[in-house]
Amino acid sequence: MPHLRRLLPYLRAHRHHLAGGLVCLLLTTLLSVATPWVLRLAVDDLTLRVTQRKLGLYAGLVVGLALVEGVFRYLMRMVLIGMSREIEYELRNDLFRHLTRLPASYFRDHRIGDLMSRANSDMSAVRLVLGPGIMYTANTLATSVGALALMLAISPRLLGLAVVPLVFVSWLVRYFGRRIHDRFEAVQAQLASLTAVVQESLAGIRVVRAYVQEPQELARFEAEGRQYLEGNRSLIRMYGSLFPAVQLLTGLGAVMVVLVGGRMAIAGSISLGEFVAFAAYLAMLHWPTIALGWVVNIFERGEASMGRLDQILDTVPEIKDQETEPGPPLQGAVEFRRLSFGYGGEPVLRDIDLSVPAGSTVAIVGPTGCGKSTLVSLLPRLYQAPPGTVFVDGRDVRRIPLGELRAAVGLVPQETFLFSASVRENLAFGLPGDGASRVEWAAQVAQLAGDIAAFPQGYETFVGERGITLSGGQKQRAALARALAGDPRILILDDALSAVDTETEEGILSGLRQVMRNRTTFLVSHRVSTVREADLIVVLREGRIVERGNHQELLALGGFYADLHRRQQLEEEMEKTA
Amino acid sequence: MSGFHEEDPLGKSHDWRLLLRLLRYLGPYRGSVAASFLLILGMAGLDLVGPYLTKIAIDRHIARGDGAGLLAVATLWLLALMAAFAVRYGQVYLLQMTGQRIVFDLRREIFAHLQRLHLAYFDRNPVGRLMTRVVSDVDAVNELFTSGVVTVFGDLFTLCGIMGVMLAMNWRLALVTFAVIPLFFVVTNWFRRGARESFRETRRWVARINAFLQESLSGMMVVQLFRREERNLTAFAEINRKHADANVKAIFYYAVFYPAIDLLAAVAIALILLYGGAKVVAGTLTLGVLVAFVQYSERFWRPISDLSEKFNIAQAALASSERIFQLLDTSPLVVGRPDPVRLPQVRGRVSFEGVSFAYRDQEWVLRDLSFAVESGRSLALVGATGAGKTTVTSLLARFYEATQGRITLDGVDIRDLDPRQLRSSLALVLQDVHLFSGTIASNIRLGSAVSREKAEAAARAVHAHRFIEALPEGYDTEVRERGASLSVGQKQLLSFARALAHDPRILVLDEATSSVDTETEQLIQAALKVLLAGRTAIVIAHRLSTIQDVDEILVLHKGRIRERGTHQALLAERGLYFKLYQLQYKDQEFRPPGTEAPLSA
Repeated sequence: MPHLRRLLPYLRAHRHHLAGGLVCLLLTTLLSVATPWVLRLAVDDLTLRVTQRKLGLYAGLVVGLALVEGVFRYLMRMVLIGMSREIEYELRNDLFRHLTRLPASYFRDHRIGDLMSRANSDMSAVRLVLGPGIMYTANTLATSVGALALMLAISPRLLGLAVVPLVFVSWLVRYFGRRIHDRFEAVQAQLASLTAVVQESLAGIRVVRAYVQEPQELARFEAEGRQYLEGNRSLIRMYGSLFPAVQLLTGLGAVMVVLVGGRMAIAGSISLGEFVAFAAYLAMLHWPTIALGWVVNIFERGEASMGRLDQILDTVPEIKDQETEPGPPLQGAVEFRRLSFGYGGEPVLRDIDLSVPAGSTVAIVGPTGCGKSTLVSLLPRLYQAPPGTVFVDGRDVRRIPLGELRAAVGLVPQETFLFSASVRENLAFGLPGDGASRVEWAAQVAQLAGDIAAFPQGYETFVGERGITLSGGQKQRAALARALAGDPRILILDDALSAVDTETEEGILSGLRQVMRNRTTFLVSHRVSTVREADLIVVLREGRIVERGNHQELLALGGFYADLHRRQQLEEEMEKTA
Repeated sequence: MSGFHEEDPLGKSHDWRLLLRLLRYLGPYRGSVAASFLLILGMAGLDLVGPYLTKIAIDRHIARGDGAGLLAVATLWLLALMAAFAVRYGQVYLLQMTGQRIVFDLRREIFAHLQRLHLAYFDRNPVGRLMTRVVSDVDAVNELFTSGVVTVFGDLFTLCGIMGVMLAMNWRLALVTFAVIPLFFVVTNWFRRGARESFRETRRWVARINAFLQESLSGMMVVQLFRREERNLTAFAEINRKHADANVKAIFYYAVFYPAIDLLAAVAIALILLYGGAKVVAGTLTLGVLVAFVQYSERFWRPISDLSEKFNIAQAALASSERIFQLLDTSPLVVGRPDPVRLPQVRGRVSFEGVSFAYRDQEWVLRDLSFAVESGRSLALVGATGAGKTTVTSLLARFYEATQGRITLDGVDIRDLDPRQLRSSLALVLQDVHLFSGTIASNIRLGSAVSREKAEAAARAVHAHRFIEALPEGYDTEVRERGASLSVGQKQLLSFARALAHDPRILVLDEATSSVDTETEQLIQAALKVLLAGRTAIVIAHRLSTIQDVDEILVLHKGRIRERGTHQALLAERGLYFKLYQLQYKDQEFRPPGTEAPLSA
């Protein structure tokens, strides 16, 4: 169990709990195997016609033992299962901490749903190992040892006969367990293919309708459904025979006790009390034999789940502080030197050389997929550029402490993401406190203050699932305000005003001009109206800079930019004719 | 995530209605259900045998030194065990298979219903949510069968059986033993309430953890950009802590409940020893009865102790069934007439008469649209994004119902037509080509109406044959995961072949805007000519060659027809079409097609 070994340090940290819980477990077992012994004494005495006082003593013993046992059983459960919850808590925190350190590329390559399911189901499976897994293993062992020892004390011969079926039970549970597991996997695979049919049919519902494929789709679905049903039939057959078989075998042991033990009692080689106690011990073994197969299953599933968690935990965060050097506060001069970059396959950026003095404004335009977003996301190290290619104030971004670098860069991403929290919390996201004055100033600049005033609870209004729904434009302006509130030296708007109408955009830009005056600003946009006043406009195509200059120069050049300009003028005219 | 859903307590009349409706699904299997019920009864009876036979063994044989009689008891017991094995197996098999059949029926019903539902329903409900209905919710209902909620009845029978046998053996001792039952109910009730409450509490925190996790993972980039990692971790640890605490609280109830039940069982045994023992001493009770009582009282409590867990499962199942029934109760808005008209022969004349359409109240997408396409002629729709072009084709295919006005095919209102005839007389080629899992051939044929030869001929005609032949297994090559292994252009050619193979009278084509390489572009152009020949065609045009060749062009702007005419006539008008033409098509004259990525308008 190489993966579960990873849990050892956690267990070591809780070794006192573990030890205490196991002691309670041993005491519980000890007391529970004592009860049939009292019964044995009572029955033996009853055959000799005992006094009422002695009966009272036995009755008191039974209750007393149960009471003390109950206390220890309570402690055992609280300590051992409680420990498993505690370790689950720590493990989940560690998992989350680790996820927090993984780079943006990790979340692009892995589906959120998949990560969620690991943090949920797999975590639960691992927790089952730590709690019930450990508890029942120890309990099974202790009870078996205790009961077998006392049965041995009563009659080794009878023990030999009665336990034979139980050996079969363990074997049966293992054997069937494996087959059930295999068939279960098969059924799960069938369910997956059934799911795929449904998914495909619903995703392509228009084609299905257009080509009148409903009957065929239904037939396809039915065929899959039937197969799933048949798979289940074989699973149920297997499953349906296991537990009755276990019952049958344990029953066989009991029959053996009546037949052989009864004769021994008649012959006087064991007393009637011993006969009764023996039957009681046998019944006690019933549960551990079944639990054995179950416990093995818990460990197997836990191992597999821990393996899936390890896949996350063993991913080395590629972007972190390494060889960082302290330096003066960042001013915001940006330089890309012979930068080529790709996500693994084809390079997305090729040979980019661009130098941006602190405080100036650069616009980046180009068709979809030309690498604009990639270029700007390399600046705050969302992705890792090769060494010696991206510089801020002449320092390689890889040598600037990550916290310092990201504090200096305010990136407003293309896709807006707000958290379900109040407007204020969202805008103050990057600030240490709630930064009231900064937040309100930022909302003003982003032309959001008016909207906020109209919200039911102003800045305290909740955004998202449990609150109000913002329009696309409002979301983008909120994201802009969030970035502005952090007072970054470098401001990056990655097509961040696409959902804002032209008029509002004009308002925002004129407000921003004041702010942009002493900041380095990157404007990524499709709109000529957004970028025309930038100090420098570069056109990216297929990862290369193909044009650079200011608005006038690029118009004169008559290339992509000039073409874009002409088209947008036409579009504007068309809007007006409406 | 179904985990976000919080369950409501069972017991409202509403839940009983759900339960009754669920019971109706048992109808077709009432034989199996009845048999399974009888088997449960039998099982409960057979489970009583052990202690009673022990009693007989002790009293009649061991006490009297009758070794031979023991063999008879053992044989009887063995027979009972074997019978129990058979009965138990049969019961599990019947019950779970019935569960699986109901799962099948339910899934089939949901799936069939989805196939009938109005397309607007799919706009509102993402595929993921519908999948949850078909898969997870149905599974939750099946839990009623697999987790043994149904066998609760069996447990109750066992309980009654034990009580009956005890009363029959010695009613006084039985009543003394039953003295602990009220206490048992007190304990169970305390546990049930506490455990349910704490269970809910844990579910609440699980939901909070999930919500937080979902949000943090989706917004990780923002978290990292704003250096919120530490604070986010603190917030997460806080929720995580509450979750752990809630669970520890839940452990408390279990940790108290099981020992308490054991203690009550011990009290019962003590009572049996005390009262029964005295009777044994007095000679009015046999030792065998006393031992049988002890054995019965040990297994008395087991069945009821996991009742509350089954209760939770039942609640989850009802919550799921409610969501399922909601879906099933959504009426398909586009319904055929009971006596639809069937045209003897579809000629293919299409006309829109004063058609308006709004997805939502008063938000008009199309307004007062009128045009006609004669059989075999072609029409192009052009206009900026959002002009309403796609809606026109969706209305014709009757994906949606026109809000006002009427659409006719060969002069018959399409609402009066048999929907199957309508759809089989038109073929829709959409921008985003949807491929089904299966082979290239099965994707052209779609079902069995089209022969293999016809499919291949169609592929040949639209120039798809060459690339298909080059695939590893030709027409039998598997299309992997939504056609990931085919290029955009190849997928388009494939969808042309699909349309051609079905030989429709009317072709509705939404040309793809995506850029493809020059060679493929030429293939597509040539294929289009083949496809359009001799059919009524309505094309949302993005290609110069297409619009130049059509008989009439409609220029849509914000849901209205702004201009109409032929390419030359419209160019001469120098209006909206002229500008659109400059915007969208002009480049194609002097640039080789495909080198320019289209602009998003």
